[in-house]
Amino acid sequence: MKGFFIVHLQALLFSLGQQLRTPFSSILTIAVLSISIALSGLFYLLVKNVTYLTGHLETSNQITLFLGQQVSEQDGRQLQRQLEKHRNIQATRLITKAEGLKEFEHYSGFGDALKALNSNPLPMVVQIFPRLSLTTQQQLQQLLDELKGLPGVSVAKLDMQWVQRLKAIIVLVERAVLVLASILGFAVIFITGNTIRLELQNRQEEVVIAKLVGATNGFIARPFLYSGFWYGFLAGILALLMITGLMKLLQSPLEQLTRLYLGYQDVVFLSVLNSVILLAVSSLLGVVGAWGVLVMQLNRLKPE
Amino acid sequence: MIKFDRVSKGYAEVSDALVNVSFTIGKGEMVFLTGRSGAGKSTLLKLIALVETVSRGQVFLDGQNLNRVSQREIPFIRRKIGLIFQDYKLLNDRTVADNIALPLLVAGYNHQDIKRRVRAVLDKVGLVGKEKSYPLSLSGGEQQRVGIARAVVNKPSLILADEPTGNLDPELSTEIICLFKQFKQVGVTVFVATHDLTQVVESGCRQLILDRGRLVSG
Ligand SMILES: Nc1ncnc2c1ncn2[C@@H]1O[C@H](COP(=O)(O)OP(=O)(O)O)[C@@H](O)[C@H]1O
Ligand SMILES: [Mg+2]
Repeated sequence: MKGFFIVHLQALLFSLGQQLRTPFSSILTIAVLSISIALSGLFYLLVKNVTYLTGHLETSNQITLFLGQQVSEQDGRQLQRQLEKHRNIQATRLITKAEGLKEFEHYSGFGDALKALNSNPLPMVVQIFPRLSLTTQQQLQQLLDELKGLPGVSVAKLDMQWVQRLKAIIVLVERAVLVLASILGFAVIFITGNTIRLELQNRQEEVVIAKLVGATNGFIARPFLYSGFWYGFLAGILALLMITGLMKLLQSPLEQLTRLYLGYQDVVFLSVLNSVILLAVSSLLGVVGAWGVLVMQLNRLKPE
Repeated sequence: MIKFDRVSKGYAEVSDALVNVSFTIGKGEMVFLTGRSGAGKSTLLKLIALVETVSRGQVFLDGQNLNRVSQREIPFIRRKIGLIFQDYKLLNDRTVADNIALPLLVAGYNHQDIKRRVRAVLDKVGLVGKEKSYPLSLSGGEQQRVGIARAVVNKPSLILADEPTGNLDPELSTEIICLFKQFKQVGVTVFVATHDLTQVVESGCRQLILDRGRLVSG
């Protein structure tokens, strides 16, 4: 067991030694790999940040109750007070007919047209801000149905269409990022595979001689697999540095942006776990790339 | 040790590299394989070393039918054979000691054993003091002795040599043949392909003669 461990350690160090012997091409390969990995990481961060931000956006859902024309202002206030105490409602706001008209005039510019009418056609409105604990559409829908049935309420509307649209877009972006990340992952596999194929070609003589003196494919493959591992691992480290650098650069403008739009500043970075996973995945992809080439090429390399 | 049973071998371009070859070589024998260039000597040795496979017939090594050997088993069979080549096939970017150690490394020997065995075999082939040298700094005769050292370091029961003295002058050739005789003395089977007939006659060993793929004497 100890011997086994030492043999692997030797191969691991030997393969690193090989890379250090050809620094230029190794650096080029690692640079290309790290760009692919960093792009995947950045896409991931993009989705993570957007999801995080829109998670807060959901709280801006609101329900609008349009009251019947026959409902008096007093009954309206009564209803508002009653709703204020509802366990699923955070806050309410009553917009009387007069206030509604003022707002309408202010925002629409049709005030003169309304003045031509001798009565105010606008209904009284109660704006409902549901509790933050209601997050799913189902819960909101339930509340909406309940409010719809109240006496005096003619129409109840849930204003979350834009949130839904945003969410649909986010789902789309998530998918796109997943596809992109997969493509980039394959790129990492193919680039490593090609590099290992070249290494195998450069060391063909050595491989053939090793075979002639009784080396198994496993023995021959080992240093190349480790080489693949190093490419993936080092590219992963470089990618992490790139991501961190870029995020540091973007941090203050991003924070400014979120402060402007959401009233608070918060930017999500890669967590330690994310970083570890990124390193593990990139190392694994390197090994997989090397392995694929070895499986295809090792049996083909024959003495002659 | 080696048994050929009506073996034929053809390549895509050459359909009769070997034709209906049958012979046996016993354990501990030293046998020469002779014939003109292109007669099929290398092909015959490659069949034993599992580098090529027969087109027809059967080859037995130590009683094992090589037709029935799987890819996985090949390395383990090769560890029982010491191969020696005309062009030495040394790794020129590795020291003499590293070259000789390769079969042991491949077979998973530990560092201590490798050091001990390499030292012993260097002594046997007369290369003590050269272990840190690189192959290209050695003479042809020395390089071939490195090749021989690599072939015998794992104590194989069979040595296959393909024109081992092809690039050496007669004096050095005689030295190499002497080395082979020493291995034969300790029970190793030695099978040498050569077109150097004087060496063969001097050695007084058994001779198999190939002519255009056919065994004409043996
Ligand atoms: N890999 C190969 N592919 C095609 N033809 C080959 C190959 N190896 C040998 N031959 C042919 O087989 C015949 C025997 O060659 P070889 O065994 O090398 O003879 P020798 O070693 O006696 O000179 C020759 O005609 C040679 O051209
Ligand atoms: Mg030949």
